[in-house]
Amino acid sequence: MTTIEIFEPPLCCSTGVCGTEVDQELVDFAADVEWAKQTGTTIRRWNLAQQPLAFAENAIVKAFLERSGQEALPLVLVGGEVALAGRYPRRAELARWAGLEQEGAESDGDCCSGNCCC
Amino acid sequence: MHFLDRPPRFLFFTGKGGVGKTSLACAAAVHLASKGKRVLLVSTDPASNVGQVFGFPIGHRIAALPDVPNLSALEIDPQAAAQAYRDRIVGPVRGRLPEAVVHGIEEQLSGACTTEIAAFDEFTELLLDSSLTAGFDHIVFDTAPTGHTIRLLQLPGAWSGFLEAGKGDVSCLGPVAGLEKQRSQYKAAVDALADPARTRLILVARAQAAALREVARTHEELAAIGLSQQVLVLNGVFPSDEAEGDPLASSIWRREQDALQALPAALRRLPRDDIPLKPFNLVGLDALRRLLRDDGGRQEPPEASSALPRSGSALSSLADEIASQGRGLVLLMGKGGVGKTTLAAALAVTLADRGLPVHLTTSDPAAHLAETLEGSLARLTVSRIDPQEETARYRRHVLETRGAHLDAAGRALLEEDLRSPCTEEIAVFHAFSRILREAETKFVILDTAPTGHTLLLLDAAGAYHREVSRQMDKRGVRDATPMMRLQDTKETKVLIVTLAETTPVLEAAGLQADLRRAGIEPWAWVVNGSMAASNPRSALLQRRARNEWREIEAVAADHAKRFALVPLLAYEPVGPDRLRELVG
Repeated sequence: MTTIEIFEPPLCCSTGVCGTEVDQELVDFAADVEWAKQTGTTIRRWNLAQQPLAFAENAIVKAFLERSGQEALPLVLVGGEVALAGRYPRRAELARWAGLEQEGAESDGDCCSGNCCC
Repeated sequence: MHFLDRPPRFLFFTGKGGVGKTSLACAAAVHLASKGKRVLLVSTDPASNVGQVFGFPIGHRIAALPDVPNLSALEIDPQAAAQAYRDRIVGPVRGRLPEAVVHGIEEQLSGACTTEIAAFDEFTELLLDSSLTAGFDHIVFDTAPTGHTIRLLQLPGAWSGFLEAGKGDVSCLGPVAGLEKQRSQYKAAVDALADPARTRLILVARAQAAALREVARTHEELAAIGLSQQVLVLNGVFPSDEAEGDPLASSIWRREQDALQALPAALRRLPRDDIPLKPFNLVGLDALRRLLRDDGGRQEPPEASSALPRSGSALSSLADEIASQGRGLVLLMGKGGVGKTTLAAALAVTLADRGLPVHLTTSDPAAHLAETLEGSLARLTVSRIDPQEETARYRRHVLETRGAHLDAAGRALLEEDLRSPCTEEIAVFHAFSRILREAETKFVILDTAPTGHTLLLLDAAGAYHREVSRQMDKRGVRDATPMMRLQDTKETKVLIVTLAETTPVLEAAGLQADLRRAGIEPWAWVVNGSMAASNPRSALLQRRARNEWREIEAVAADHAKRFALVPLLAYEPVGPDRLRELVG
């Protein structure tokens, strides 16, 4: 099964509520990760503040950090290859990478999957 | 003494800085050791001065005290623990990841959560059965989990998912990756704490109404998480035979007796020891042994009282300088119980008297003093930050806005995160920064919560500063962040408040060092409640007053750029008139 890995900027907590402003993107993403896990998808989040070794030990991630800096995070690897950088994936993208039908998806495919992108 | 009667294995002394819990812990340890028990004394106070009390340096290793058979001691420095913790996480990637990245991680791990978790991590070991502690009959802690740590203690249950399922899914438990122990060990530590057969909590307080209300809350909070074996020790109770012939002495005695009459119901149920005020400082083995003896204070003839140090001025001279700015932010910082709320109110009144618009905000949970000022002066407005209310409101706000469209699992995760220790600090900081803006047009005077939230707030301000800077880069908009305001001495005057006693001065110096690390330079110190400044006639008070000189001189020489000395008054400084007298 495909493994989805998200290498995140240093965060105190995965929903971002510890920040001085709650980051809606993170709140949504935390929920999407939970959803993906419920479907049996292998999905892992790596937090730069908490698991920096995971960043140092992955050649792709390490090179990315050296080239673009931590401001360019998050970085998403799917099956070990770069799938997305600079923003968190939406639920529809997670579903595509994991080869899932998105339950109850109101055909939101590329647009409006929980974020205000339209 | 009830608190030493049939002692269990673990004894925790809790109370505000300066109430004498370190002295009592030391005296208890010496007492138990003299009965032939093998005792380990543990200090986790950031201003750790157990070494000072014994006149023997104690470090981060268990060391036998040469002058006291059967007694060993250990100091846990929460800051050092946090540094070790950072090193465990950052060490392996140093040199392997870009320097800016490593620095960013360190910054993230410099928050209050890290310090708390790291300190608790060390603390845990001593509560477990291990070779480290096997040789001791009693382990005496000069501190106990309070406030944030209570919540932290409740966390191991919440950690279970993380520690059992492995890495990756941690939500708001902070950098758990740096923890070294197994979940079973944290659980065992919490179980030991909550076991009355093994753990006794000794609540130490002065016989003062506000302090006793605070202690009643601590009692209830800790009892609720299972620390049910508690004893109340009232330290430094003014002896009735000293109350004669000196208005200040008799007023102190009367005030204490009133406070004891009105002892909160929750505390009445507890066994209680009263320890009379001693004329000597509790430094050195002899003083410790005399502390628990009834004849404690040998009557020494009073010396002629000396004059005030020239550098110490009345609060009014600080008020003059503050007033000349016309507006701005005045922050009173210091540990709980040093009188920040009272001094904030006094400054507010004196500035309002000069025709200046003032907004006084207090976050003291027992802020009845500020309430008595409401509406008393035309230019003075009074408001309050209630940490609990702010937290509840923040939780509600986050759940209603950000959490509104989440599914059940996502909402559960968000709720879990909102129960984290940082949430309260964030919530209070939000309230705090809302008020800061007002300083553009008037004086804003803030005390801080008595549990020492100050640095947590500043941490939050630091994070906010970075956040706003990032936004600024994107939008090209300039706006002063709370942190920039706090660092600007024209905008903000930080007054460090302390008492003329060893621990409070050390704690205040520690606070100043932390502020300086954050780029904030305290503007002045205020030594509050000084007996030396009130020229007492009572022999006991005169000896206490003399003991203050060393501390006052240390403040003047080593710590403060400018300082004011505020006398202990013969009455509670409640209401505008009495507050004015405090200013001098």
